[in-house]
Amino acid sequence: MAKITLDNLAHSYLPNPTSEDDYALKELNHDWVDGEAYALLGSSGCGKSTLLNIISGLLHPSQGRILFNDRDVTMAPTTQRNIAQVFQFPVVYDTMTVRDNLAFPLRNRGADPAYIKERVQQIAHMIGMEATLDRKARGLTADAKQKISLGRGMVREDVNALLFDEPLTVIDPHMKWELRTQLKSLHHEFGHTMIYVTHDQTEALTFADKVVVMYDGRVVQMGTPQELFERPEHTFVGYFIGSPGMNVLDATVNGDTAVVAGTQISLGKSFGTPGGKVEIGVRPEFTSLSDGNEGLPVTIKRVEDVGRHKIVRADFHGTEINVIAAEGESISPDMNRIVFDMAGVNIYADSWRVAPMVA
Amino acid sequence: MSLVLEGVSKVVSGQTHIYQTDLELLPGTMNVLLGPTSSGKTSLMRLMAGLDVPQTGKIIWDGKDVTGMRVQDRGVAMVYQQFINYPSMTVYDNIASPMRLLGKTTDQIDAAVKKAADLMKLSGMLDRKPLELSGGQQQRCALARALVKDAGLVLLDEPLANLDYKLREELRAEIPKIFEEAGSIFVYATTEPEEALLLGGNTATMWEGRVTQFDRTPIVYRQPVNATTARVFSDPPMNFLKVRKSGDRILFGDGQAAAASGAFSQLSDGNYVAGFRPNHLELQSHAADAMAFTGKLNVTEITGSETFVHLDHHGENWVGLVHGVKNLEIGASLTVYLDPKHIYIFAEDGTSVAAASYATAA
Repeated sequence: MAKITLDNLAHSYLPNPTSEDDYALKELNHDWVDGEAYALLGSSGCGKSTLLNIISGLLHPSQGRILFNDRDVTMAPTTQRNIAQVFQFPVVYDTMTVRDNLAFPLRNRGADPAYIKERVQQIAHMIGMEATLDRKARGLTADAKQKISLGRGMVREDVNALLFDEPLTVIDPHMKWELRTQLKSLHHEFGHTMIYVTHDQTEALTFADKVVVMYDGRVVQMGTPQELFERPEHTFVGYFIGSPGMNVLDATVNGDTAVVAGTQISLGKSFGTPGGKVEIGVRPEFTSLSDGNEGLPVTIKRVEDVGRHKIVRADFHGTEINVIAAEGESISPDMNRIVFDMAGVNIYADSWRVAPMVA
Repeated sequence: MSLVLEGVSKVVSGQTHIYQTDLELLPGTMNVLLGPTSSGKTSLMRLMAGLDVPQTGKIIWDGKDVTGMRVQDRGVAMVYQQFINYPSMTVYDNIASPMRLLGKTTDQIDAAVKKAADLMKLSGMLDRKPLELSGGQQQRCALARALVKDAGLVLLDEPLANLDYKLREELRAEIPKIFEEAGSIFVYATTEPEEALLLGGNTATMWEGRVTQFDRTPIVYRQPVNATTARVFSDPPMNFLKVRKSGDRILFGDGQAAAASGAFSQLSDGNYVAGFRPNHLELQSHAADAMAFTGKLNVTEITGSETFVHLDHHGENWVGLVHGVKNLEIGASLTVYLDPKHIYIFAEDGTSVAAASYATAA
């Protein structure tokens, strides 16, 4: 297992990049700790696959270095990096049995047959395919083939890192659960350094120790799921994580008071006088409906029952504010105010979070 | 205009894809087919569309038997998981194509294309080719084409499955609004319970070629008629445990008991299966009559605001979804609580005997 260092790393697909806009991956410095599980999260085109391809060696960066355990591997080919990869679509040998598919990476490296037998059994148990070990891969469902790919990716214990590129896309929701949980327990047990690329927030948050949120070629925040939820450093993080995402409203802020479309909100702590485009961000989980006189005046447009809770869509001067209400909560037409839980309120200037002043 | 399936079934080379199914879809309704891959959603849609002919039964459209009628003659629009557009045509021509086939006037076409493009947020992109658009925009183009066709029956087969998470969320919120005014019958296939809930309308849960329940979506979710429906319509899946009713008590496998109150008091003595959803498992006891269960904690997953708790309860895998971020010790024993009002009771064959009392009280 390895620590992975990104040193002054950047990449442009253009031969002579001139401005920052020309970079698909903008300059990045980071140490990825040995044995941690990271998720690269972002929408398509954000640079997450570019970064993964640089780590795996499929792509050589136009700037900077990449180190595995302080050894420079920037120009080293994939085969010399000692990594295992699992892709979006299954990669299996159709003519081989499931057992031989799983054993392949170990046999290639001349592992002891007794060890191979034991290890393959262990992995088969993990992916729930013990009963089909002696079947040919041909004719299995896409689900099953992808499970073989996952299993083969994890069969070697001595890899520097395990890279996953949207590995659960073709898997059914119920099976996703199981596989994700198994990946997680595997990580807990063996402590591989894992990097997992996905556009699915649930997969990213539940899988990773640290989630790296990417937007427009830039890492906008790297943090624990809780940090991303409670203190999004950028409005994009607030929007992208959470369903629905964070409510973001134009505001003016002066000290401990914000004014949003004429309504004054007391913030409880001072933010100075942030300049630029100032916004207030609050997640639907930190808002509630009220029939009192406090809070922002709204009109309820829709109430969506999503089972374990309700999503209330309210209109505030033409802007939609989403509120999450409990499953059993009754929503009365008299509720025409929205109040914020100040613990979940963040202030943004030009999309970046402003830290409150220490009293 | 209604669509009625009467005893419809489909067998392909000896394998039953759809068992005898009766279903009545009313005009202006959104009907979700919810089930895992290979449960029969697409097969059923193909029968509705007339792309396949059923082995048995009849398909009645607007009172007329259309069982053998070709898809071209039926007034059906379909949108698939893969974005299907004509790559050499502009977005405008893509949207206009079905109307041209119907021989509409240029003015009619222009008005309809602009309206649909506006609804689908494609107004600024009418001159582009589909491949110059993002995936979400390509699928919007396919949806707009289905919309202008003014078909009585619109079939959407996992239309959002290939889109990014956030785009999916956005379109999912828009689709019901857009189709509300269209007045057609909509059928929407999905594997995701949350999508079914967000779309609202009616839901038919599907499992291994059978419709296990068809009713208003919140009713199917909260009052499943059998354990299969409950499992299909729960993500993460519903948790189950074997119980025994004896006199005025409900006995659990690990020696625990609860008063057989409410709906449970009506049960005759015997063995049952109890089920509860992950979000109803709690780490603190709230109800006075809450039941406690102790298991081994396998894994926790933190979403930022909530924690998934994976528990081994005497060999059964349970999943709980609790509020807040909990740092619990993996491998240690954990006690969880359940309010009896959240428990569903099924017979040993899976038939619902009593819905959770919270669901029927509302």
